[in-house]
Amino acid sequence: MEMMSGAAMVVRTLKDLGVKHVFGYPGGAVLDIYDALYAQEDVEHILVRHEQGAAHMADGYARSTGTTGTVLVTSGPGATNTLTGIATAYMDSIPMVILSGQVPSMHIGEDAFQETDMVGCSRPVVKHSFLVKRAVDIPEAIAKAYYIANTGRPGPVVVDLPKDIVNVLEEHPYQFPEDVTMRSYNPTLKGHPKQIKKAAKVLLDAKRPILYVGGGAIAAEASELVTEIAEKLHLPVTSTLMGLGAFSGVHAQSLGMLGMHGTLESNKAMHNADCILALGARFDDRVTNNVEKFCPHATIIHVDIDPASISKTVAVHIPVVGSVDQVAKQLLEQMGDVDSNKQKEKLADWWQQIEQWRGRTCLNYKKDDKLIKPQEVIQSVYKHTNGDAYVSSDVGQHQMFAALYYPFAKPRRWINSGGLGTMGFGLPAAMGVQMAHRDATSVVITGDGSIQMNIQELSTCLQYKLPIKIISLNNRALGMVRQWQDMNYKSRYSSSYMDSMPDFVKLAEAYGHIGIRVDHPDQLDAAMERCFAEKERLVFMDIQIDQNEHVYPMQIKFGAMDDMRLSKTERT
Amino acid sequence: MKRIISVLMENAPGALSRIVGVFSQRGYNVDSLCVAATDDKSLSRLTITTQADDKVIEQITKQVNKLIDVLKVTDLTDGNHVERELMLIKVATRSELVRAEVNRNVDIFRAQIIDVDLNNYTIQVTGTSDKLDAFANVLAQSTEIIEASRTGVCGLARGDKALRP
Ligand SMILES: Cc1ncc(C[n+]2csc(CCOP(=O)(O)OP(=O)(O)O)c2C)c(N)n1
Repeated sequence: MEMMSGAAMVVRTLKDLGVKHVFGYPGGAVLDIYDALYAQEDVEHILVRHEQGAAHMADGYARSTGTTGTVLVTSGPGATNTLTGIATAYMDSIPMVILSGQVPSMHIGEDAFQETDMVGCSRPVVKHSFLVKRAVDIPEAIAKAYYIANTGRPGPVVVDLPKDIVNVLEEHPYQFPEDVTMRSYNPTLKGHPKQIKKAAKVLLDAKRPILYVGGGAIAAEASELVTEIAEKLHLPVTSTLMGLGAFSGVHAQSLGMLGMHGTLESNKAMHNADCILALGARFDDRVTNNVEKFCPHATIIHVDIDPASISKTVAVHIPVVGSVDQVAKQLLEQMGDVDSNKQKEKLADWWQQIEQWRGRTCLNYKKDDKLIKPQEVIQSVYKHTNGDAYVSSDVGQHQMFAALYYPFAKPRRWINSGGLGTMGFGLPAAMGVQMAHRDATSVVITGDGSIQMNIQELSTCLQYKLPIKIISLNNRALGMVRQWQDMNYKSRYSSSYMDSMPDFVKLAEAYGHIGIRVDHPDQLDAAMERCFAEKERLVFMDIQIDQNEHVYPMQIKFGAMDDMRLSKTERT
Repeated sequence: MKRIISVLMENAPGALSRIVGVFSQRGYNVDSLCVAATDDKSLSRLTITTQADDKVIEQITKQVNKLIDVLKVTDLTDGNHVERELMLIKVATRSELVRAEVNRNVDIFRAQIIDVDLNNYTIQVTGTSDKLDAFANVLAQSTEIIEASRTGVCGLARGDKALRP
């Protein structure tokens, strides 16, 4: 057996697992591991500027590839700085492994320098965690961490590594674990045949069905199967914020996003449906609005890999525990051949009704001669990227505008913090995307508030030559907060306004990038052209937009799904 | 309604804190908790009693089941089961009269005096939680309770049903 130090084992295990990139930041407790990284070329380390950035980068990397993202940080502050990033990944079920340094075993519990109980701190926001006690256990703990992170319902896993066990001066036999299965962990992948039968029957009988697709369909790589079901049954399809791209947003059957800022046609169709097929979506509060009034006519089929997601908020009629790809396959088999003309005929009235709702063109907005509208910025990005970019987003109004005005034709193109809503996610996430897809266009849609939450990573972008395109919708305000203050607090702008914005162009330049400021609608197209023509360098677009624009449609609190405001003056 | 949840889990460091974490994090209450290794030393069995309605219990069992270290979860109150709790209770026995009354109640409740001191008895009693409550109440009527310690409920399903890996 090969002999090596614990630190070498960490790196070797990563290599043997096929890990290519690690996002991290060094410190005392992990210096041995950094030394082991130095000695090899299989695993590339990306030095960030803040550990939160490392976690979001690993997250963006994972979301855009489906593989597990990896983070390496030191003990204490290094570890705690990742917590927001871990929580972000946890809420959106993103596979991630966080290797954190820890003080030497004999000092654990002594409040030693840079000691924090990382396993304890992260416990509520991880799928699982390991505190490794012996060097020989390192390969198995890390291999198990990757296995757990990216099977079943994916999620982040912490591996805490005390400094003494990674000591470069002590050698131990290395053995890569052949088998990492665990008797206590066996996710259910296939749906129960009885439930599949029931579901198929309800679907085939439905007169007003709708397919409600979520992030679970992307996690299960089930886009094609979802599309096959939708086309076979001629179903209207609506998507959660997390599911965008699982079913093409430019498909004729797509109704767009649903929920708080969903389209009118999506929310109307949900509310009036007689059958809802939920594939990897979890009926969260940003979708359902008031659960008491949620979709009163529908028989609900809920397919989810996590039994705990089923009937958590909304009681469902036909629960199916399984992964979306497996269950979709089973459903397709169970339904067999469906006469497509007959099916279309059966749903003709339903589609006619849906077309009426669509006819209200809820995404229309008024352009202005002088002020740039956020919606037109997103549409311009769409045009200049041929709708084929990786789009990462921060959190706020710009996020909703991006979700609504950039239809995603493919899965894994829309990268956003849906569950936790983490401002500061966008730029590092886009960097993770760019590390994984060196030749692709990686765009960040952000706001003047969010971009400042991890702006230090502009420095990392220069170091690794990441030609990201930052589209900052600068409304000189925390726009989403301001919108709520307009609606609910008589426009009392308590701390939602910042009159001390930096000069973002100069800032970008100071970091060695290109900055472009756009003030007028007439300049927008040319500026975008310039931005996307720049293939080698990062461009920061500081786009001054109308400060008073609100995101619509918007559900009305305590109402049903389809109780919505369509503009500042119009309601459904 | 009172529920008794039985959990079979890996006897691994941190496993217990994860289970307790699910309860505190999701706002479920724990009335009692009892845990020890099983006949198979690699496993622990944990019994939690809680008050909750059906919907919450469903979530509790699912969320606990989701933990990587957990092998099986069952709600014992769903079916026929036996449950026991043990209490050690120390009472003051300053007069002959009190000693006689305590002795009488020990007999009635089929408890046992397991330690005797100049001024007190320590009594062991097992049974359902209700019985333990009743015993403590009765003792309190005739003397002073100095301290008491209860194990929390543990239980098993009746018949062939068993919680095994
Ligand atoms: C870390 C974090 N802090 C606070 C919030 C609450 N919040 C949600 S949106 C928002 C404003 C975002 O402003 P900006 O990034 O400028 O985007 P805009 O809404 O103006 O498009 C805030 C403060 C959050 N989501 N994340």
